[in-house]
Amino acid sequence: MSRLTAAFAKGRPAFVAFITAGDGDTAANLDALVAGGADVIELGMPFTDPMADGPAIQNANLRSLGAGTTTADVLAIATAFRARHPEVPLVLMGYANPMVRRGPDWFAQAAKAAGVDGVICVDIPPEEDDALGPALRTEGIDLIRLATPTTDAARLPAVLEGSSGFVYYVSVAGITGLQQAATGSIASAVARLKAATDLPIAVGFGVRTAEQAAAIAQVADGVVVGSALVDLCEQHGANAPEHIQALAASISEAVHAATRETA
Amino acid sequence: MESTPNSYRNQPDERGHFGDYGGRYVAETLMPLIFELETAYRAAKADPAFQAQFDDLMEHYVGRPSPLYFAERLTEALGGAQVWFKRDELNHTGAHKINNCIGQILLAIRMGKTKIIAETGAGQHGVATATVCARFGLPCTIFMGATDVSRQQPNVFRMKLLGAEVIPVTSGAATLKDAMNEALRHWVAHVEDTFYIIGTAAGPHPYPELVRDFQSVIGKEAREQMLARTGRLPDLLVAAIGGGSNAIGLFHPFLDDADVRMLGVEAAGHGLDKQHAASLAGGFPGVLHGNKTYLLQDEDGQIAEAHSISAGLDYPGIGPEHAWLKDTGRVEYTAVTDDEALDAFQLLCRTEGIIPALEPSHAIAAVAKRAKEMDRDAVILTNLCGRGDKDIFTVAEALGVEM
Repeated sequence: MSRLTAAFAKGRPAFVAFITAGDGDTAANLDALVAGGADVIELGMPFTDPMADGPAIQNANLRSLGAGTTTADVLAIATAFRARHPEVPLVLMGYANPMVRRGPDWFAQAAKAAGVDGVICVDIPPEEDDALGPALRTEGIDLIRLATPTTDAARLPAVLEGSSGFVYYVSVAGITGLQQAATGSIASAVARLKAATDLPIAVGFGVRTAEQAAAIAQVADGVVVGSALVDLCEQHGANAPEHIQALAASISEAVHAATRETA
Repeated sequence: MESTPNSYRNQPDERGHFGDYGGRYVAETLMPLIFELETAYRAAKADPAFQAQFDDLMEHYVGRPSPLYFAERLTEALGGAQVWFKRDELNHTGAHKINNCIGQILLAIRMGKTKIIAETGAGQHGVATATVCARFGLPCTIFMGATDVSRQQPNVFRMKLLGAEVIPVTSGAATLKDAMNEALRHWVAHVEDTFYIIGTAAGPHPYPELVRDFQSVIGKEAREQMLARTGRLPDLLVAAIGGGSNAIGLFHPFLDDADVRMLGVEAAGHGLDKQHAASLAGGFPGVLHGNKTYLLQDEDGQIAEAHSISAGLDYPGIGPEHAWLKDTGRVEYTAVTDDEALDAFQLLCRTEGIIPALEPSHAIAAVAKRAKEMDRDAVILTNLCGRGDKDIFTVAEALGVEM
């Protein structure tokens, strides 16, 4: 069983936590997420032009790049994380250009060597799968696709084809970190997705608090929180880990408990 | 590429690819809308009423056909090939941008969209978009880099006069690339009712194709006019390239005329070994703003800031069809520095009484070099894609003149 599959097979919803690589002391921030109970880590690869992100993650990208973070640094962070945390699944999340710059095979092999379990690429839809998908599948790395409120029934099979690990449901048609979707619409969307795939469904975008996460965890297999954690990196800099751990702990507790209510 | 295609005019393929370039690299939220746009465009293209409405507006609102002009004094000054101009700077709003905006707003109305957004660099596309929005009574929001807002004040004021809301974008370097990111962010959050009028032949499929088609009015007219006036086709076409919409509009109808050579002119800024905006000369293939194309970028795929004295050429990418035309060798590409463009700007003012925009001044600089190397009976046709009123402050500053 892959690390990602195992993370969603614990009999309770999973907490998926995102932070940007190279924004502050990333190793310490990642350790804080694990200590706080995160089940899956999404490590953001900084990009100069993060078109789908709101101000929080845009600024994290700029801070990271401003500090000189390179692709080699991101891979080194992943490698070191894997050595410290052999069981916690790690997913790289980012945009196409940094991933394909040296060729998809190079990236897939480098990610594999770094112990990465999955990749989320915001701007490679299934129609452009050739740009990265075959290389990742060759290396046994999960390609986690995004489904959104605009993904209609006719299109959904194309999104699911070639997806593995889990499906990331983007709960709002918008950018990261801002709006919050109504829980009712999330419930029906997740039900629609679950009718079409056996993959776990994790829901993200606009989830900032333990309360919001708990509500989503009652209907989904996982909850993704990103901007609220990234905001802590901005606010607290070198002292971010303790704040990240505290927020992660409150969210993971709420998410993990949600099942017990419904089970 | 090994073999020569039967036609250079049948790209993109059905998946929106020009060879290895183009495609649809956008967030999943936008994908259904991109397909909806493609379907709507196919239907519009097949609908004679759509073409008739486009043609009517081109003639009576934009002022087409634009003249084909023999630049006699410039030709004499250069002492080589005959230089002819396609006068797209005489269009309503002063540039070729309006051709595309008319086409796209008709498409938006057909699709039932009620709000328009656009990005702009120099402001020409923003002004053209604000103009068609005023003409058709649709609310208009223009994203513009804060740096460009301050250096293109006359165009910002024009957009506001036309009723548009101008949103200064402060992320990144606050120029065109960042304005496009912000427009895409806005679009993702307002997909239901909003149409994004992209200003150049770039972005996700079908934009490069539809912008090219709307701008091809330039080349179609020029081809007919040239045949009618001289009984022959030009030997060389020259056009400036930022994203490349005026160039592809001029080139496309001639692509299968094997004897017509073509030259695209990128902005070499301070020089190709310094800061510039020449994606083909100094970039590598990559993915940005919905398409795969040549980009100014570092070894990690981070996008570099472009520089050109011309805000309209100040973009680190290029339309994907140009990337393909470069690789196939059908079109030759070169680059012209800020200083060379400034010289050409002044040359045209004094020889022809035409104040060109800084964008076509790059093309004129390349024409000046080539004309001298060609026979006197050879013909060069270049598109004067914009007029220079907007640029006089930039030029004055570069020339050390206080205004």
